[in-house]
Amino acid sequence: MIRFENVGLRYGLGREVLSDLSFQIAPNSFQFLTGPSGAGKTSLLRLMLLSLKPTRGLVHVFGKEATTIKPQQMPIVRRKIGVVFQDFRLLNHLTTYENVALPLQVRGKMDADYRKDVTDLLEWVGLGNRMHVLPPVLSGGEKQRAAIARALIDQPDILLADEPTGNVDPPLAARLLRLFVELHRSGTSVVIATHDLGLMDQFDARRLVLNSGRLQIYE
Amino acid sequence: MNKPVRPPENSRPVQKAKQGGKDASLRDGDRKVAAKPLRSGSSIVPRETIAGTALVFVIGIMTFLACLALGAVSLVNKSAGQWQSDISREVTIQIRPSDQVGMDDALRQASRIALSFTGVTKVEALDDAATVLLLEPWLGSGLQLSELPVPRLLTVSLAEGAAPDFAAMRQRLEAEVPGSSLDDHRAWVARLTTMAWTMVAIGVSIFVLVMAATVTTVIFATRGAMAGNRDVVEVLHFVGADGAFISKQFQRHFLMLGLKGAVCGAALAILLFLILGFWSSASQATPQGDQIGALFGTFSLGLTGYIGMILVLGLVSLLAAFTSSWTVCNQVNTLQNYRRSA
Repeated sequence: MIRFENVGLRYGLGREVLSDLSFQIAPNSFQFLTGPSGAGKTSLLRLMLLSLKPTRGLVHVFGKEATTIKPQQMPIVRRKIGVVFQDFRLLNHLTTYENVALPLQVRGKMDADYRKDVTDLLEWVGLGNRMHVLPPVLSGGEKQRAAIARALIDQPDILLADEPTGNVDPPLAARLLRLFVELHRSGTSVVIATHDLGLMDQFDARRLVLNSGRLQIYE
Repeated sequence: MNKPVRPPENSRPVQKAKQGGKDASLRDGDRKVAAKPLRSGSSIVPRETIAGTALVFVIGIMTFLACLALGAVSLVNKSAGQWQSDISREVTIQIRPSDQVGMDDALRQASRIALSFTGVTKVEALDDAATVLLLEPWLGSGLQLSELPVPRLLTVSLAEGAAPDFAAMRQRLEAEVPGSSLDDHRAWVARLTTMAWTMVAIGVSIFVLVMAATVTTVIFATRGAMAGNRDVVEVLHFVGADGAFISKQFQRHFLMLGLKGAVCGAALAILLFLILGFWSSASQATPQGDQIGALFGTFSLGLTGYIGMILVLGLVSLLAAFTSSWTVCNQVNTLQNYRRSA
C-alpha cells in the first residue's frame, strides 16, 4: 500500500531529519508510529501523505512511484488516504456536520445521499448532539473526534492519524483507540503516530519507532 | 472504495442507544436536533475573508471607464461618419475675378459645366449678401463687393453615392472659365478619416488597457483571497478536492463581486450619457450647445451603444469569474504537483 525505499529527508541545508527509511505499510494492517518529541513522526506522516517530497529515496503509494503521479491524479490518490491532523484542521466557519461531510461534498455527492451516514457516524463518535455547533465552541476532545470522523467518513484505504489522542483524557483515548481498531477490522490500514505508551499497551500491534531520524520496526 | 463507514453493531455508542434509558433519551434529544436544517448555508470559502468592497469599487471604476471609452468611440465614429458623408456630398468651385470675362458670365458658365456631369444634382452660387456675411469677420461690415476683387463660390451638390469625374470637371472648368478652380474636399475627407480612426484606435486601446487592468486586479485579489484562505484550500486539498472544485468555490464569489461592480459602473456610465444627451438636446439653440453639437453630435448613443455597455458589463463579470478560476487552478495545480513540493 505504502512502501519507502532508502528515504531521507532534510529541510533546506540542515541535517537529515529522517535517514534511510525502508518499510512497508501492508493492506489491512495496524501500526503505531512512535518516538520522542521531535523525532520526525509528523514529517514521516507528511511523506506518506505526499505533502512532502523526500530529498532522497523512493516512495511508492498504491503501487505507483510518487514522482510518476500527475497533479490531476493526486486528488484520486488523496481520496484513498484519510488523515487526522495533530491540530485538527477543522474549518471554523462550517458546522461539525459540514466539516465531517466535506470529503463527500468534494466528491460531488448530494447532501440527501450522505446525510444519514454523516449523522450516524457523528452519533457513533459521540457528537450526535454537537453536529450544528461550530468548531470554536467544541472542546479539544470533541474537535479530535470531529477530525477523526472527517477522516473516516468515506472509509479510506489507509488512515494516518497524528497524535489522535493527544488532547483527550485516558478513557476517551481508549474509546478512540477502539474506534480505530473497529476501522482496521473493517479493512482499513491504520497508522497512529503517538508517544503515549499507555495507549500502545492497550492494543498489540506493530510498532515503528523513530529515534534520531532512524526507524526500528517491532513486529 | 466508496462505501461509507457504517458504525459496527457491537460498537458502544450504538449499543447504548439500543438499550434505552439515559442513552435513549439522549438519542431523542438528537432527533430534535436532527430536525433542524443540518447545513448552516455557509459556503466553503467564507465570504468575509475576500476583500469584496474594495474589489467591487475597483471593478465598478474599470467598467465605468470602459463604458466611457466605448461611448466616446461610438460618438466620434458616428460624428466623423456624418461629417465625411456631408463633405463628400458637396464640392466647391471658386472663381477669382478675371479681366477676360465678367463674374456673372463666369458663374453661369461654371454652373453649366458642373451640371453637365452625371451625379450633380444642384449648383448654387453664393449670392452677394451671403458672400458679404462670410467675409464680415475679416473685412468688417458695409463691404462693397464691386470695389474689391473678391473670389466667388459655387456649391455643387452631389447625389448620394455619386462619384462624378472630378478630373474631367476640373480640366473643363480651367479651360473654359478663366480663374476657376475645383475643390473636391479630398484633403479634408482624408484628414477626417485619419482623425476618426485615430480616435477609435485610442478608444479601443483605452478599453483594452482597462480590461487588462481589471484582469490584473482580479488576479491580485484572488491571490490575496487564496492566501487569506490558505487553511481552507489546504484542507480541501487533503480531503481530495480537485482544482476544479476548489476554483468553483472562489469563482462563484468573484462572479458575484464582478457582477456587482460592473452593474454599478455601467449604470453610472449609461446615466451620464443620458444626462449629457438630455443636456445637449436642451441647449441646442445656444451657441455653446451648437459648438458641442458640431463636435460630438447629440450625445445620443443609440440602442447599439447602450447594448454595447450592457455587453461590457457581462464581459467584465465573466472576466472576473474566469480570471479568478484560472488563478485558483494554477495555484492548486502547484500545490498538487508532487514533483515541485518541498
